[in-house]
Amino acid sequence: MKSPPIVPLPVPSVRAYDTPNDAGGSITVEWELSPVDSVVRMYEVYRLEGSPEAEPVSAGFVLRGTQKFQDNNLKDGETYYYFVRTWVGEEYADSRLSNPAVPSAQWFHTGRKSALVILLIYGGLLFYYLQQARSGKPLYIRKIAGLEAVDEAVGRSTEMGRPILFIPGIGYVSDIPTLAALAILKRVAKKAAEYEAEIIVPNFDPIVMTAAQEVVKEGFMEAGRPDLYNEKNVYFLTADQFGYAAGVDGIMVREKPGAVFLQGVFYAESLILAETGHSIGAIQISGTTSVTQLPFFIAATDYTLIGEEMYAASAYLSRDPLSLSTIKAEDVAKLGFIAVFLIGILLETLAAITGNQALHFFKNWFSLF
Amino acid sequence: MNVLWTWIAAGLTLAIFSFLYKDNPFYKFAEHIYVGSSAAFWFIYLWYFDIKPKLLDAWVMNTGFEKYILIVPAILSVMMLTRFIPQIAWISRWAIAFTVGMGAGLGITGALQGFLVPQVQATMLPLWEPVSSSTLYNLGHSLNNLLLVLGTITAIFYFYFSREHKGGLGVLSKIGITFIMVAFGASFGYTIMARVSLLIGRIYFLFHDWLHLV
Repeated sequence: MKSPPIVPLPVPSVRAYDTPNDAGGSITVEWELSPVDSVVRMYEVYRLEGSPEAEPVSAGFVLRGTQKFQDNNLKDGETYYYFVRTWVGEEYADSRLSNPAVPSAQWFHTGRKSALVILLIYGGLLFYYLQQARSGKPLYIRKIAGLEAVDEAVGRSTEMGRPILFIPGIGYVSDIPTLAALAILKRVAKKAAEYEAEIIVPNFDPIVMTAAQEVVKEGFMEAGRPDLYNEKNVYFLTADQFGYAAGVDGIMVREKPGAVFLQGVFYAESLILAETGHSIGAIQISGTTSVTQLPFFIAATDYTLIGEEMYAASAYLSRDPLSLSTIKAEDVAKLGFIAVFLIGILLETLAAITGNQALHFFKNWFSLF
Repeated sequence: MNVLWTWIAAGLTLAIFSFLYKDNPFYKFAEHIYVGSSAAFWFIYLWYFDIKPKLLDAWVMNTGFEKYILIVPAILSVMMLTRFIPQIAWISRWAIAFTVGMGAGLGITGALQGFLVPQVQATMLPLWEPVSSSTLYNLGHSLNNLLLVLGTITAIFYFYFSREHKGGLGVLSKIGITFIMVAFGASFGYTIMARVSLLIGRIYFLFHDWLHLV
């Protein structure tokens, strides 16, 4: 016996509202599922622009079980109405019109308040320690083996009569590790100028090259030897990852540098470069924040600056009180985070044991959406 | 024609592999072709995918604010070119300063929202979590949480720079660097596996596409 066809029933209610925490041009439409949702083919959302009498236009569709649709690319300040068409086979039923909704942009993303609070606290710490540094209070920073070895590597290279090769990685000038690498380059260039050694810097990015030229020039000027600066030694190679690796390898085996610095952003070429540097007998000091490349540097180079040690480099090498104050502020922030972890772990453990969901408030406060 | 390109690709692959023995004229030849052609490729790429669509075409197609805002990157680009004139080369520093400042600013918020805050939240784990009726499973699950928490906190102590790593801090930082090295060891093995598969791909090209042996 053939069962009677199921009649589509409309969704009971439809609500439209401006999508929160966005850059504008978007409305979110929500509805209750149709009573016959299990046999629904799709829900089609229709948009009416300006007035409830306007011509409806299909904004898109979603599959059964879905209760939300985000309509994008709308005009900010314009009023929109919506209805949802429930499709069962080739039959459909329309819902009533939604309330009017007007898309607009929001200045503040309320879902990211935790990031703002952390930034403000860190800013306050930084400001406090800057004031401390300016008042002449001495700030201590522990020894970092990789940075202690910079002078030794430059000196050794000079004694051997070989050039120094500084590889600033394949990052761009907007990458923080590249900026940290440029700070280390300045120190290396200054030492090279003091020892009258040649420094070679092949670059992956033209803007990093320009910045590197400025930094090396400044290092030579600080050492009082601007006459030794040769702009042609800080040059652009290629912006292709493995083309750059092949080129730098060629430079290594032909120029035979006594010291190789691998500092900045590195990807799959890291081991190729570090192994070639090892094969020519150069003392190598590497540093990167790329977690997947650090193991290769640790295995193939003499000293490695791991992650944040690179960021501490400029303060460590210059011993400038203002730069040291940033390290101090970071360290206090780290202790603060450990305290936050311990509070969060305690509350989460209590929540797991007692089943009290309210204790998740602290962890939930850090949610970003 | 395809056969010719396969022979050229195979020849260049072998020339690059010859570096494993030592630097030689074949490697130099392949290296210079690679570096030169890739530099040329990126020049064309930047023209067709950056300068032309985002500056020149956008200038013609846009109106009002979206059109005139393009003057800013155009001026910054021209400033960079002043490096070719030594007397006014200092002007290029302004463009560099703009890029560096923008990168640092974006980096702070990006790192905070992308890494720091999610990591803080992910570390808040219960040290005892009865997720199953099996006590052994619960013990294992809780031990896993304990290791994650201990590893994260001690690794932070390793990156504490304001005090010498002696006494209690020294012990904590040693535990921290041990966790870091274990993680690096796992990452090393995982990445080596991926590299071996790349090598297999190249060897397969030589034996299958070129020599037709497999």
